[in-house]
Amino acid sequence: MTIDGQVEKGLNRRVHKTSTGIRGLDEITNGGLPAGRPTLLCGSAGSGKTLLAIEFIVRGVMDYNENGVFISFEESKEDLYDNVATLGFDLEALEKDKRIHIREIALSAQDDVQLGDYDLEGLFSQIGFVIDSVGAKRIVIDGIETLFSSFSEERIIRSELSRLIRWLKDRDMSAIITSERGEGAYNISRHNIEEYISDCVILLDQRIVEQVVTRRLRVLKYRGSSHGSNEYPFLITNHGISVFPITSMTLEHEASTKHVSTGVDKLDVLFDGKGYYQGSSVLITGSAGTGKSTFAASFAKNICESGNQCIYFSFEESEKQILRNMASVGLELKPYIDQNLLKIHAVRPTLQGLELHLLSMHTLIDEIKPAAVILDPISNLDGIGTLAEIKMMFIRIIDFLKENNISSVFTALTPGRGIEDASEVGLSSIMDTWVLLSNQLRNGQRERSLNIMKARGIKHSHQVQPFEINGDGIVIHQTNRHT
Amino acid sequence: MNGVGQMHANNEADWVLRLFIAGKTPKNDHSIAMLEQICEMHLKGRYHIEVIDVVQNPLSCIEENILATPTLIRKLPEPVRRIIGDLTVKEHVLLGLEINI
Repeated sequence: MTIDGQVEKGLNRRVHKTSTGIRGLDEITNGGLPAGRPTLLCGSAGSGKTLLAIEFIVRGVMDYNENGVFISFEESKEDLYDNVATLGFDLEALEKDKRIHIREIALSAQDDVQLGDYDLEGLFSQIGFVIDSVGAKRIVIDGIETLFSSFSEERIIRSELSRLIRWLKDRDMSAIITSERGEGAYNISRHNIEEYISDCVILLDQRIVEQVVTRRLRVLKYRGSSHGSNEYPFLITNHGISVFPITSMTLEHEASTKHVSTGVDKLDVLFDGKGYYQGSSVLITGSAGTGKSTFAASFAKNICESGNQCIYFSFEESEKQILRNMASVGLELKPYIDQNLLKIHAVRPTLQGLELHLLSMHTLIDEIKPAAVILDPISNLDGIGTLAEIKMMFIRIIDFLKENNISSVFTALTPGRGIEDASEVGLSSIMDTWVLLSNQLRNGQRERSLNIMKARGIKHSHQVQPFEINGDGIVIHQTNRHT
Repeated sequence: MNGVGQMHANNEADWVLRLFIAGKTPKNDHSIAMLEQICEMHLKGRYHIEVIDVVQNPLSCIEENILATPTLIRKLPEPVRRIIGDLTVKEHVLLGLEINI
C-alpha cells in the first residue's frame, strides 16, 4: 500500500491505495486503486476488462499476500482458466491453495417467473460466503450489468446495486466492478453504474488505427487522488498487462555529469572536447545518404570497445545489411556481436503497432540493461501513428532511458533539403542534443557537413563542420570549436 | 437440508417446494403463511415445503444459485420452476406454481 505524499500533500484526506501489481497502472494512479473501496472498470467487449481484473486478483495473491474472489457473471470457470493461461496465471492451482475463489454465477432468469417484490440477498449471501471462504481482501465482480437483463425490475436492481457497493465498502474490500461501455456520450457504462461507484473509474478502449489494434487505458476519475489523465496504451502480453508508461511521470532522473565519447574522432572536440553527456538523448537528422547511420554506428562501436553493451534498434535494415555497410566504412561491428556486447534488433515498423514497439524495446532494454541504445531511423515509424502519438512514445522511451542512465542516439530522415520538417522539430525539442547532417554539391563534388543545432549543458561548436566518410569511417579534418 | 423449519414432512409428496428467504421479516412471514394456506387448500397431503434462510445457509444458496429473495423453487412436479418475489398476492402464487384450481 502506498500513499503518494508528494503530489497529494495539499489534500486533507489521504487516499489509501492498494497496489495492483499491474505494470504501469500503479504509476499512472500514483500507487494503485483505492484500498477497501470499489473501482469501476468500463470497456467495450474484448477491451481486456476481464484480464485486467483477474490480474488484479492474481497479483494480489502473488505480490501482496492478499487473497481474492472473482465473481463471474459472464464467463464460465473453464473459459477463465483458459483465457488467463496465456498470461501465465494458473488459477486452478491458486484455487486449490485456497488463495482465490472463482464463483461463476449463471443467470437463467428467462425461466424465472417474477411475481412480487424482491431483493438480491441471495447474491449477497453467495458473495459473502466466498469472500469468507478464502479470507479475501480483493474482489472482482465481472459483468455486473448482466443483472439488468436477467431481472425485469430495473428499480430494484439499481437500489440493490447501490446497496452492494456500500456493503463491499463496509467489508473493506478492494474491488473492481467491470461493466460494458455505455453508448451515449454521457453514460460511461451501459447502465450508468458510475452513479454508484464514485471513487475511481477506469476506461478501457480498443481501436483499430490503420489496421493496427491499439488498446488504451484512461483513469477518468479518482476521488481524492491525482492521477495521469492521458490515454495510456496498454498491451496484453504473456506476462500480464503492461500499461505505458512503465516509467514514472515526473522529471526526477539524475542529470549525469559524466561524458561519453561520440565515437567519432574530433567530433568530441566540437562538444567542448568531451562528447555527449552520459544518459542523454541525441538526435541526428539529415536527408538520405548524409551518414546518419554511420554516426550512430560509430557511437555504438565506441560503447562496445569500452566493454559496454549497446542495443541497435533498426527500423530499416537487417542486421546483415548493417554489418556489411558499416564494414565498408571501416566500422567492424561483427566482433562485438560475437562478444555479446552489441545486439542488433531489426524490425519492420509496420509489423506492429506503436505500443508493441514500445514493449519490445522495453523488454529488451530491461533484459540487457545496456549502456547505450541506437534507434535508426525513427522517421520510419511515421506511418504507424500520428505525430502526437509518436512524440508521446519517444518521450516515454527517453524518460525510461534517462531513468536508467542509458545514452541514446536516434536518427531521423529529413525529406529533401527541408530542415524544419515538422516531425523533426517536434522531436528535437525532447532531445538533449541535435546534430544536423547535410550534403551539398560544390564544384561537382558532394560535400558533407554537420552542424550541432543544440547540445543542452554543453558549450558546443556553432560552426558548419565539413567531414568525409571513407574507409576509416567518419573523418573530420579540422576543428575549430570556438566560433 | 437444515432449513428454518420443516413444515410438512411427507415422503409421498408429489409437490416439493423450497422457499428461500432472507431473515425473519413481516413480509417473509406473510409469504410463508400464504404459501402454506394455498398448499393446504389445493394440495393437501401431497406437498412438502422447506423454508431456507439464505443469511444462515449461504451454501444452499450457492447450490441452488439463488440471487433474489424470496425465491420459490418448485422441485416437483417437473419441470422445475423458479418464482421470484414475495408471495403476498394469492392469484400470483397460484399462477406461478401452475396450480390448476
